[in-house]
Amino acid sequence: MKLEVNGQVREVDAPDEMPLLWALRDLCGTTGVKFGCGMAQCGACTVHLDGKAVRSCVLPVAAAAGRKITTIEGLSPDGSHPVQVAWAEIDVVQCGYCQSGQIMSAAALLAEVPDPSDEEIDRAMAGNICRCGTYQRVREAIRRASSMRRAQR
Amino acid sequence: MTLTRRELLVSGAGLLIAFHVPRKGRAAQMDKTPSVDPNAFVRVAPDESVTVLLAHSEMGQGIWTTLAMLIAEELDCDWPKIRVEHAPAAPAYAHPAYGLQMTGGSTTTWSEFDRYRTVGAMAREMLVRAAAGRWKVRPRSLHTANGFVVRGTARLSYGQLAEAAQRLSPPASVQLKPKKDWKLIGKPMRRLDTPEKITGKAQFGIDVQLPGMRTALIARAPVFGGKVTSFDASKAKAVPGVQQVVQVPSGVAVVATNFWSAKLGRDALQIDWDLGPGAGLDSGRLLASYREQAKRPGMVAVAKGDVDTAMASAAKHLEAEYDVPYLAHATMEPLNCTVRLEGGRCEIWTGTQFHGVDQMAAAQIAGVQLQNVVIHTPFLGGGFGRRATLDSHFVVEGVHVAKAAGVPVKVVWTREDDIRGGHYRPMYVHRIEAGVDDKGLPKAWRHTIVGQSILTGTPFEKLVVKDGVDASSVEGAVDSPYLEQVPARKITLHSPVNPVPPQWWRSVGHSHTAFAMESMIDELAWAAGRDPLEFRGALLAQKPRHRRALEAAASSAGWGTPPPEGRARGLAVHDSFGTIVAEVAEVSVDAAKRIRVHKVSCAVDCGQAVNPLGIEAQVQGAVAFGLSAALLGALTLKLGRVEQSNFHDYRVLRIPDMPQVTVQILESDAKMGGIGEPATAPIAPAVANAVYALTRQRLRSLPLRLT
Repeated sequence: MKLEVNGQVREVDAPDEMPLLWALRDLCGTTGVKFGCGMAQCGACTVHLDGKAVRSCVLPVAAAAGRKITTIEGLSPDGSHPVQVAWAEIDVVQCGYCQSGQIMSAAALLAEVPDPSDEEIDRAMAGNICRCGTYQRVREAIRRASSMRRAQR
Repeated sequence: MTLTRRELLVSGAGLLIAFHVPRKGRAAQMDKTPSVDPNAFVRVAPDESVTVLLAHSEMGQGIWTTLAMLIAEELDCDWPKIRVEHAPAAPAYAHPAYGLQMTGGSTTTWSEFDRYRTVGAMAREMLVRAAAGRWKVRPRSLHTANGFVVRGTARLSYGQLAEAAQRLSPPASVQLKPKKDWKLIGKPMRRLDTPEKITGKAQFGIDVQLPGMRTALIARAPVFGGKVTSFDASKAKAVPGVQQVVQVPSGVAVVATNFWSAKLGRDALQIDWDLGPGAGLDSGRLLASYREQAKRPGMVAVAKGDVDTAMASAAKHLEAEYDVPYLAHATMEPLNCTVRLEGGRCEIWTGTQFHGVDQMAAAQIAGVQLQNVVIHTPFLGGGFGRRATLDSHFVVEGVHVAKAAGVPVKVVWTREDDIRGGHYRPMYVHRIEAGVDDKGLPKAWRHTIVGQSILTGTPFEKLVVKDGVDASSVEGAVDSPYLEQVPARKITLHSPVNPVPPQWWRSVGHSHTAFAMESMIDELAWAAGRDPLEFRGALLAQKPRHRRALEAAASSAGWGTPPPEGRARGLAVHDSFGTIVAEVAEVSVDAAKRIRVHKVSCAVDCGQAVNPLGIEAQVQGAVAFGLSAALLGALTLKLGRVEQSNFHDYRVLRIPDMPQVTVQILESDAKMGGIGEPATAPIAPAVANAVYALTRQRLRSLPLRLT
């Protein structure tokens, strides 16, 4: 089947029910997408499907065929997405493993709600676990990214 | 266990020294001037890059940046040109205090403070001498600035001097900068690993891809200690992508072209297990048996004065029993290990905290010389102690599978494998009886601790376990500053044995001793009708650092002023890994009796602070890690099976439950302590004490649950 990953169309040989996560990691080489739980509990595998955040570990690859898939590698060409810039400024990451998913969830939130309240941030990010406990800086970086986007408009 | 005792003594006799008595160990170890080859730790290249090699693993704690700061401080190089790499497993990278290459015990920064600065100073000296040779002047007439050697208006870049400098022999001794001249140490510095971690480029062990590599999942026994009796792999082999099914000591491995095929193949395996005695294990019954044991004295860890007499003459007695459950580390990156056996070499790619031990273990299984075990260390997706395994089990298993399969293999654990895989923070029970005087101050203290020993039965036993007492089981209690003024005290330990593999978990013994000690002290304060802060101050009269931390945290939390409606505050202070942390938690309870933690005010005395921005992150993170245990985490066993399996039933803190954590770093001339772990332990008692202040319900079991 054909998958459009970060603007490139790829032919992958995968059974329909293989989770998109493993097609991306093992067949397309986009390993920025992370495996954390396999049951949509931790958010490490978050990617955008037609711009919306989805948990790729429970999405059959067949359901993603013909749609635009964006992984952390395709969020911006050079790490310049406002969420990434804010993440760097606020020094959010620790081990970094969950951060692809955190950033993809945050970017999807801001695309939909440009100026989220604290409650909206918590609700949108509740599905992304970070065992290092970077949550406080995640909140701060989302607020920073939001104000950067406002300034750009 | 794959290490022999002799190997251990040869390679790592110092392992324990600083683990549980850090300050004494450090004094002995760190007064020596390090003898190091700077070329093993830093490379200056003609392209002006400066590459720092890390002797320890970056697992989130920030040493990728901190150790680079130490070198850059002395090298006087251009900070943006710094690159960082993990060092290979080699004797040059042995832990300065432990003698074995490893990452743990919150030791990296203090143990490397002298070595990495010395390396930077040596490299700088060599660059200056190279420039002096080029200019034919005396080195003393030159100075350095931001990556250049300068002579009047002339200057040569470090890159231009790199090759000439490398041919020089390292100076025998160097002078380190005095503190007043520091430009980086003590300044908040952003992380150097951020660019790759926010773009998906950072490589973790699970991301490793090699030509011809296969992915394997292992079916392990459903109860601890179980063994394969027989298995039928025919259905597994019929799964497209499955290439081999091989038996290894820990179970049956399904080797496939990708993870998903390996997973489906493993699901299709039919295995008969010999479950062994572990099949009878029940954590509820185990807890009851621990409580029974706690009523009798165990092996003596501390005994001072005549406790029976002091207890008999006390004005009042208080008794309490505290318990904590088994906990998994649940690192976000599930365990994995990639192994390639080729040409007499064993190459390993894995996120490990225990290079020295893993290398020896792998050499034995692979049947190669130690130096032919090459360990490549990608970033670690969390560690918390899980990747420092005393038996190297996930590395050993990887080598077994690669050997049996005859191809390079990446063994990947699922989340279920991880949650059910043992190597837990063990369950513990503390029973404390205190006799107090007419002011409510303790005069007699009888304390029994029950829980599995982490180190008994390992090659480290003889170094760590003295007179039947594993130091890691009682740390934080035997050396509690509160007990120093208690004239009669006795702490004893039972170390029951069962098939659940125990392991160190961020803050190790402190994760339960701080809860017991700080809860009991709080109970005494309330029983005496005294303010918990004032009462602690009285007990800590001889401990100015503890008092200062407590007062700083309390003042920032607004202690003594009324909290917002429906909220209360609780506090705790604990000394671990050479660092004192005081925390004040502000909590409320909602209609469903759920405990909500709104704010945590922390004050930290870790001696010299190297990177305040990193320290703040570690303290916030440790509070979050500790809150998972305080409010949510528990593993239970029935019929030998772990009842939880993934994040839906082994719950951890999520962002809506993250409090606002403020961190004050106290100026301190004390010896440098650690920072990765010390803020973990005080949060559970701080929250429990706040819940008591709010509800007058004393919660003595973790996770805290109101009834």
